[in-house]
Amino acid sequence: MTSPLIQKEAIEKLPSRNEWPLWEVFVRGQNGVSHRHFGSLHAPDADAAIRNARDVYTRRNEGVSIWVVEAKNIAASSPSAKGPLYDPAASKVYRHPTFFNIPDDAGPM
Amino acid sequence: MAQEPAYFEFLCRMGDNALVLGHRLSEWCGHAPALEEDIALANTGLDLIGEAQLWLGLASDVEDRGRTADDLAMGRDVWDFRNHLLTEQPNGDFGQTMMRQYLFDAWHVCLLDALCDSSQAHTAEIAAKTVKEARYHLTRSRSIVIGLGDGTSESHRRMQTALDRLFPYVGEFFETDSIDRAMTASRIAPDPNSLKDPYLETIRSTFLDATLCVPEQEFYLSGGKTGRQHSEHLGHLLTQMQWLQRAYPEASW
Repeated sequence: MTSPLIQKEAIEKLPSRNEWPLWEVFVRGQNGVSHRHFGSLHAPDADAAIRNARDVYTRRNEGVSIWVVEAKNIAASSPSAKGPLYDPAASKVYRHPTFFNIPDDAGPM
Repeated sequence: MAQEPAYFEFLCRMGDNALVLGHRLSEWCGHAPALEEDIALANTGLDLIGEAQLWLGLASDVEDRGRTADDLAMGRDVWDFRNHLLTEQPNGDFGQTMMRQYLFDAWHVCLLDALCDSSQAHTAEIAAKTVKEARYHLTRSRSIVIGLGDGTSESHRRMQTALDRLFPYVGEFFETDSIDRAMTASRIAPDPNSLKDPYLETIRSTFLDATLCVPEQEFYLSGGKTGRQHSEHLGHLLTQMQWLQRAYPEASW
């Protein structure tokens, strides 16, 4: 069995692939619904990212609008901060607006 | 209709261009330099094969001899194909494929735009439907030609080589023969030569942005759209495209 150390060395010796930056793709499916994260892809610039998103994610008529943002520009919460961030909200059921009846014709909320 | 044989011939030219180039693009499936380009090339190829279905379907109706669009696509041999020589040229590297695509897309959009005003309703309908796809293909191939032409010294060199190699096939787009004259006379299609100036203006401005030199030559190769003489590449393409229907005639699933 190859030791993890040797594997790591082999990976580091691989030539740089000069990859295009990573973009996150958000697509709005239909009017009235907000953009939803669809996935990610590589592209040299924003225009190319939108064209690639059109080909990769919306070729089956999924969307009416596409947003792309370079993945490095997204600030994300850290998994290790999960406790302080989310635990305090756990027992506060009164913060959920579940005590209202929403009419069917209000559409997606 | 007196111009029926000529109309059939014209529709085969439209269909065969889309079919042959669509098949060429399908050869990239699984081989393109990036996943995103792979899917985009396959999408473009599928758009073109869908377009070929429409033109050859109409050709089959016009001919009215019981040959379907599939029969026309899979049952004819090299000498009966009416595509331009440019569309059958081999893929080469990715740059050569995108250069071929751009040279075709710029012409395709010019022609389909004009065909939207065709005196034949079915032709105008197919043009109106497919010109939207063609415009997207053009946006895409144009930006890649500019990106690679005005890119690294390596990509610039490859794009200039591709342009020098493929430019002699462009002249065939604007050649006019008796079929074209019949189509122009009945206002079914524009005179091919009338597209030349707008086309050259379009590609010159793109190649300026791409820092590529357009060859200054009048000489061009032809013989594809008349079927007089295809290049040796079309026969090889058809052996791949048609082998199943030839080995198992009328196979279906």
